[in-house]
Amino acid sequence: MSKISIKKMDLYYTDFHALKNINMEIQANEITAFIGPSGCGKSTLLKSLNRMNDLVEGCRISGDILLDDEDIYDNDYDVNLLRKRVGMVFQSPNPFPMSIYDNIAYGPRTHGIKSKAKLDEIVEKSLRGGAIWDEIKDDLKKNALRVSGGQQQRICIARALAVDPEVLLMDEPTSALDPISTAKIEDLVQELKKKYTIVMVTHNMQQATRVSDKTAFFLTGEVIEFGNTEAMFSMPQDKRTEDYITGRFG
Amino acid sequence: MKKNSLEGFMKGIFILSALMSVISIVLIMYFIFAGGLPFIFEYGLKNFLLGTQWKPSNIPASYGILPMILGSIYVTIGATAIGVPIGILTATFLAKFCNDKLYKYLKPAINLMSGIPSIVYGFFGLTVIVPIMREFFGGTGMSIATASILLGIMILPTVIGMSEASIRAVPATYYEGSIALGATHERSVMKVILPAAKSGVLSSVILGIGRAIGETMAVILVAGNQPRMPKGLFKGVRTMTTNIVMEMAYAADQHREALIATAAVLFIFILIINTVFLIVKRRGEN
Ligand SMILES: Nc1ncnc2c1ncn2[C@@H]1O[C@H](COP(=O)(O)OP(=O)(O)OP(=O)(O)O)[C@@H](O)[C@H]1O
Ligand SMILES: [Mg+2]
Repeated sequence: MSKISIKKMDLYYTDFHALKNINMEIQANEITAFIGPSGCGKSTLLKSLNRMNDLVEGCRISGDILLDDEDIYDNDYDVNLLRKRVGMVFQSPNPFPMSIYDNIAYGPRTHGIKSKAKLDEIVEKSLRGGAIWDEIKDDLKKNALRVSGGQQQRICIARALAVDPEVLLMDEPTSALDPISTAKIEDLVQELKKKYTIVMVTHNMQQATRVSDKTAFFLTGEVIEFGNTEAMFSMPQDKRTEDYITGRFG
Repeated sequence: MKKNSLEGFMKGIFILSALMSVISIVLIMYFIFAGGLPFIFEYGLKNFLLGTQWKPSNIPASYGILPMILGSIYVTIGATAIGVPIGILTATFLAKFCNDKLYKYLKPAINLMSGIPSIVYGFFGLTVIVPIMREFFGGTGMSIATASILLGIMILPTVIGMSEASIRAVPATYYEGSIALGATHERSVMKVILPAAKSGVLSSVILGIGRAIGETMAVILVAGNQPRMPKGLFKGVRTMTTNIVMEMAYAADQHREALIATAAVLFIFILIINTVFLIVKRRGEN
């Protein structure tokens, strides 16, 4: 059984048909990459998976998205619980303007954990999970905005891990970062897939080949091709996929 | 050539206009301190600031303004205690909970509040709040509490306006980050957005304090104005501003100088408040 399955899904922003008949099975403990030119709907599909699209006025969805076989757009589905289970890391790091500790503890507190000892434990575990504990363990009281962009992004990953999610959605998590921070996050993502299911949008073909197991190629709201990353990059089935991935590399 | 001279002329006008405000503030400072300081030196700073008796018609007269300093401080604290929580909650509501339809009516209403002359607020206080206070707490109904309530209402537009702007200025990414962790809208607003706006909110509070401490015409109608040490929340009180207005018309000589010196003290309070405001604002910007 797949972790997430998307069936005949269509999405409209008011009158604009942004996603067309999407069908996709996302497997647990794999990294699925979304690639495609700008404006083709990668972020839109990603945000549909934790219903962040609910915040967009005029956004309508038809079809089904199932998480562990349950329809997440069902009327009685608890959307806050969904977002706890399906965490998200944004394109540009967005730590809250508070201490690193409070950033990480925010999620667990939201979900009812009050004990200081328990929070301490979660904070350390999450920061370790985000591969940033060693760098900042003595600065937990420091404002999270006062560390480098790469560190901020790993704090955001740690923050997402702190609510013990099952799936992690990452929208171009390294596009705002330097190569060294990018490499760190790529390594981290490899590590994280042992425990989590990861869906990642990227503009960087090499990144997709380096980190992902499956790749979906998007074009103007449609998924043109979806399959094993290696196979897709060595033998694209669709001419348009081939044009896109080769075009990128010249 | 012609264009240049016109530009130069306009530039001169701009500089002159800018200078006007600087000149006025310098003139005001000069007038107040030149008029007030000699008296303070003559009467003694300590006697003036810490004296508990204000009896200009006694012989010899006593000019202690501690009752009025405390009066101003108490009504300002009271106004803050009432106006600030209501103001911040209103601002939060306007920025994050209110639907467009309601907003269309609420926002202009609040803007209008800041345009209402303070004497009108005073009348409202006198005819509405004073009788209610008299009913519930006895006495004349004119008291620290009454003045605080009225001033609390009067500072609302100041607190709301600036707080709302700073709440709206918080980047949407903070909100999204919180929602994405499974937090509700309410929690995201109260625990992430509002704290992120705190320097702007604090600035609005300081501006509100400045407005409350300087208010005169409304206070004069509802505070009772007794020049004695404040005796309790529901007893009458006189503030520095009302002290000046009530007696300036007939004061002469030393009495008049004592009133100008009161204005100087008030001026220093305002300077302190504005300095704190600037510090808070600058800290928020960094
Ligand atoms: N809130 C919105 N309201 C209306 N249209 C939107 C909204 N968000 C996105 N769109 C449109 O939907 C389409 C897909 O946008 P989306 O952000 O998913 O693209 P993307 O593939 O993530 O692009 P990029 O690589 O530039 O991030 C675009 O044409 C965009 O203009
Ligand atoms: Mg995008």
